[in-house]
Amino acid sequence: MSIVLEAKHINKFFKKPVKFHVLKDISFQIKKGEFASIMGKSGCGKSTLLYILSTMDTDYDGELYLNNELITGQDRTHLSHLRNKHIGFVFQFHYLLSEFSVLENVMLPAKKLTEKTNQEIENDAMQKLKILNIEHLAKKRASQVSGGEKQRVAIARALINNPSIIMGDEPTGNLDSYNAENVFNIFKQLSDEQGLSLLVVTHDKDFANKTDRIIQMRDGRIIG
Amino acid sequence: MTNWSIILGIAKTHLLTKIKQTSIAALGVTFGIGCYITLVCFMTGLNTMLDDLILNQTPHVHIYNEIEPAKQQPVSLYDDLNNGFNVIHSIKPKLSQKKIHNAIPIIHYLENDDNVRGAVPQVKTQIFYIAGSIEIGGNLTGINAIDEAKYFNMGDYIIEGSAEALQNTDNGILLGIGIAKKMALKIGDRVQVSPINGGIFPLKIVGFYQSGIADLDAIQSFTNIKTVQRILGEAHNYITDINVKLFDIEKAVPLAKTIEQQFNLKAIDIKTANAQFETGTTIRNLITYAVSITLLIVAGFGIYNILNMLIYEKMNDIAILKATGFSGNDVQLIFMSQAMIIGFVGGVLGLLIGFGLASLIETIPFQTEALPTVETYPINMNPLYFVIGFLFAMLSTFFAGYLPSKKAKKIDPVKIIRGQ
Repeated sequence: MSIVLEAKHINKFFKKPVKFHVLKDISFQIKKGEFASIMGKSGCGKSTLLYILSTMDTDYDGELYLNNELITGQDRTHLSHLRNKHIGFVFQFHYLLSEFSVLENVMLPAKKLTEKTNQEIENDAMQKLKILNIEHLAKKRASQVSGGEKQRVAIARALINNPSIIMGDEPTGNLDSYNAENVFNIFKQLSDEQGLSLLVVTHDKDFANKTDRIIQMRDGRIIG
Repeated sequence: MTNWSIILGIAKTHLLTKIKQTSIAALGVTFGIGCYITLVCFMTGLNTMLDDLILNQTPHVHIYNEIEPAKQQPVSLYDDLNNGFNVIHSIKPKLSQKKIHNAIPIIHYLENDDNVRGAVPQVKTQIFYIAGSIEIGGNLTGINAIDEAKYFNMGDYIIEGSAEALQNTDNGILLGIGIAKKMALKIGDRVQVSPINGGIFPLKIVGFYQSGIADLDAIQSFTNIKTVQRILGEAHNYITDINVKLFDIEKAVPLAKTIEQQFNLKAIDIKTANAQFETGTTIRNLITYAVSITLLIVAGFGIYNILNMLIYEKMNDIAILKATGFSGNDVQLIFMSQAMIIGFVGGVLGLLIGFGLASLIETIPFQTEALPTVETYPINMNPLYFVIGFLFAMLSTFFAGYLPSKKAKKIDPVKIIRGQ
């Protein structure tokens, strides 16, 4: 199986307020179609690791490969493009643009990518909303839908460019158990049916136990 | 890589959902530009009017025979005294004729010059206006009325009668309004004038002249050249002054110098004659621009403020946009285009408001003794001011938007996302 994401000897220091070694020699791989979760206590560096993997944080030592391409040291504009094309994001809080409609929120990353016409993008977006059973919300303002629905819209947005990998930072952390279950099922389905790779940071033991692989972290190291 | 349709789409949504803030920012620009246009049109209108007041009736080059002491006194011609220390007391001006020698050939010569629009002869003399036993001193100038009207806007200062009437009436006189009032005269009446060397000539009043300068109007009258020549008992080639109007006022100085050398006459150019006047114009323009720029800078700070606030409110949006693949440049362009849209809309509205206000001022009556031809406040609607106003609106919004958008560009999405 091909490797989607690979980290080699990643080290990171926080310089303020005092120098602190957050991530210590992190190396691992995510294969295509794998549903992995990162677990660990608060402050063990799992979110920090995720943001390095997401290419948003570039201040680290080591090497990062996406689809076997070295992305460490690339310029920011190129990283933005990679993020746009290959990485989908789901955050703990919904993070939709509240002034735009649900449909526009989902379409935005694809419009940025400009690989398709607006009509194609709209069809894609409706299709993604349909997969997540929220196509009836398409025309609503993002600020007018409920928390669980917002998270599903965010997932639809993460899927719009058919990314290589979806990353989640506690995507269920802010949801009740029913909606959390729902989101997990969606992820599971995407992984099984469409062969999507997923990497999710979570506190939720139940959630993690149902994933293919758990990356356990403690004090900035992977321990299993 | 820049995709304008999406960037402008986001900018538009931001502006429209915060329509109140947007309009306040745009109104700031509108107010600044509107005031600038109104002010600059009005001020330059006034300036032009004041300039015209002087420049229209002033010849670009005035040629005459100056009464002055001879430059070479006889003693310097005497070789024996060459090495001595000569002191001459009570030098008197040289006795010379008032008339310009060979005036008519000179006029022909000047009129053939490509730079010259027109050269008109005048005969100036002192006379007395006689009213019963009272004699009032004054100036009588013999003119070619049609040419004066053509080149020096004489018509603007004739408040009753016309230049043609003067030209066509033998022994006619265009009387200064001040004298007419003193002597209670009206058009069609006769006034007696007496030249210094004696004799009395009755002249028929064909019109009144008002320059706006009361002292001048109380002494100055005009008549035909021939009439003056007859009063003085001189021949038809007796010309005391030549007034020259040029196509380009900048050529006045060199031409005056050439004439002085060539014809041995005194030639005064308009710049020398009105030096203090130009300083006044420059300073008035300076004040206009200082006030305008202040207005525009204040408007610019308003935009800066509002965009800054907008960016604080939109921190989350910026983080999301960056996380989903928008680059720092895209984010900067989104906010820059918001600033530019505000500048464009506000600027265009400002131009319209400025145009409206200026047009309104142009209809307000403004009547003054000094300016017989002016009926409303003068406005100078130069398209250049509108171009400058618009460019300044775009420029000031560009700078007002640049700093906040630069900040938006540099926002680290990780900090925003993790901070929540």
